[in-house]
Amino acid sequence: MSTASVPLPAWINYGVIPLLNLILAFFFSGLVVWAIGENPFEALNFLIQGALGRGDAIGFTLFYATSFIFTGLSVAVAFHAGLFNIGSEGQAYVGGLGAALVALSLDHYVPWYVTMPFAVVGAALFGAAWAFIPAWLQAKRGSHIVITTIMFNFIGAALMVYLLVNVFIVPGKMAPETRTFLPGGQLPKLDWLMALFGLKLGPAPFNVSFIIALIMCYLVWLLIWRTKLGYEMRTLGISPTAAVYAGIPYVRTVIIAMLISGGLAGMMSLNAVMGASARLQVEFVAGAGFVGIAVSLMGRSHPVGIILAAILFGILYQGGADLSFEMPNITRDMIVVIQGLVIFFAGALEYMLRPAMVRLYQTARGK
Amino acid sequence: MEYFDTFVSILGSAIRLSIPLLFTALAGLFSERAGIFDIGLEGKMLASAFAAACVAYWTGNAWAGLGAGILVSIIFSLLHGFASITNRGNQIVSGVALNFIAAGLTIVLGTAWFNQGGRTGQVPPEGRFSGIILPGADMMHDVPIIGPLYANVISGNNILTYIAFLMVPISWWVLYRTRFGLRLRAVGENPGAVDTAGVSVVWLRYRALIVTGFLAGFAGTYLSIAQSAAFINNMSAGKGYIALAALIFAKWKPVPVMFACLLFGFLDAFANFMQGKSLPMIGEVPVQIFQALPYILTCVLLAGFIGVARPPKAGGVAYTKER
Repeated sequence: MSTASVPLPAWINYGVIPLLNLILAFFFSGLVVWAIGENPFEALNFLIQGALGRGDAIGFTLFYATSFIFTGLSVAVAFHAGLFNIGSEGQAYVGGLGAALVALSLDHYVPWYVTMPFAVVGAALFGAAWAFIPAWLQAKRGSHIVITTIMFNFIGAALMVYLLVNVFIVPGKMAPETRTFLPGGQLPKLDWLMALFGLKLGPAPFNVSFIIALIMCYLVWLLIWRTKLGYEMRTLGISPTAAVYAGIPYVRTVIIAMLISGGLAGMMSLNAVMGASARLQVEFVAGAGFVGIAVSLMGRSHPVGIILAAILFGILYQGGADLSFEMPNITRDMIVVIQGLVIFFAGALEYMLRPAMVRLYQTARGK
Repeated sequence: MEYFDTFVSILGSAIRLSIPLLFTALAGLFSERAGIFDIGLEGKMLASAFAAACVAYWTGNAWAGLGAGILVSIIFSLLHGFASITNRGNQIVSGVALNFIAAGLTIVLGTAWFNQGGRTGQVPPEGRFSGIILPGADMMHDVPIIGPLYANVISGNNILTYIAFLMVPISWWVLYRTRFGLRLRAVGENPGAVDTAGVSVVWLRYRALIVTGFLAGFAGTYLSIAQSAAFINNMSAGKGYIALAALIFAKWKPVPVMFACLLFGFLDAFANFMQGKSLPMIGEVPVQIFQALPYILTCVLLAGFIGVARPPKAGGVAYTKER
């Protein structure tokens, strides 16, 4: 008998199975560590210590998590509408241009809290703009969004390098980056939040964008589960034909979903560009867009799950940096392996354990 | 004459740059025509480049390197199959995951084994595929036009280059003139019909993926032990995606795939040549335009402005037997 259609309770679907997948991913990561002659448990210890052991470590972990919340939400919103947006990376990159333009033009004149709303809008607009063409091509021309967003990642990267090297570079400097923003164009750190817990932030760039990210989580939840548009997006995601039959406008819904997705990805740049480096740099996204895919999959496209998954990946990123310091044999790229394994087990093999779980559940119930 | 010489040298470099694209795009052709999207071409290329460099370094035998490259690439293909065929997982997700695993693992293992920041050791000359001077290249050199073309573009390439071009008619023949190819194309369009005819969809798709792995293995091997003499961090540098673009640009057909790869290879070579030079009338053209051009062209094609690109109908959808 088939097990695919047997319903499982939510705590197995959303709790046990993702957890087991995660454990499998970590088991194989441990095997890799063991294969290169290091102790996996010791490595895990260093990783957790490095991510959560001190105030600044937690600050870095949450800083990374902030970026991943934005990109995770970005992937999730598109996913609800049945669209696989691989382009969060490029949208975040181009979004950085929006944030930087706002910061560069306002930082001389106004304090950060005046700049911030404009920067949020700027980053979101530029990110959304970069998602618009793939969205339009998907909706109107039927070209596969996965392919076009991949292409746009590369086109965006070329565009940004061109702009940084030829337009924004500070005369006389070698590094392709904008000038450093004045405090009016920076997002302040959240020292006070950490101090509430008796922790010192130190040099960690944990900043106000974390709060923006949390607000966005709430707004995305509202959008997806409490608005007509969200309902239409989810219907489209589950069955495009049913959605069209129900009178849901396909073109409009696809384009709006992708614009929101791109906007959220663009906002990731607030954290990296205005919160951390205070300037626009080449490759500042550094894979956060792709981590968003893993985060969204792990978090089952739900804002709460995305926050948890983003923190998990924040721990991996920060702890991985520390781990490579403690165990020079394990490079920082180990986190890329772990990330890949998490996407593989939690995403691609998400149904692998299901039949076994169904059988287990049925025998347990049968008694 | 001077212009002609430059042109010939750009052409030669275009050929060299298009070979990894050609192998990879042909690899993608087999899996996509069988209905399995393969975003993981980049990862296969990278993983096989690493495996080929390691084995060629240890054994000093280029063919052993090629074997290792192919083997590892096929393993990655089978993992993709396990996730997307056997477990009916999302093919895009699986491809993305395998790309990450390849990108991370090659550096982690490379650093642990060779201690050179992700580089493998320098592969000795006998462990590499070096250029073959075709007979008569020296004699032909003085013949105008044909001579330099023969000497610099056609001759002097390594054996993998010739294999790559040989693979084009072979792929065409397999896809369009064999029973396996007919069924492979059918399974990409309508797996239900293939199943009804009593042919195993699962086994057919696995075989298509093995072919994909086999061809992508050549691409990686070419990168690490033919074009260079070691594996370098992330040496595929997005070529897997350009190959994917070429595959789409060629509308999933073997012979156009070759021309698309040559075009993209030429753009790459031309970009290298144009670096820091300026064109008459236009001035200096930014390199980034050439880097972005393959992707822009592909998007324009996908938009339906240059003919219609129709992907295999069942692409990206896992086949469920019961229903």
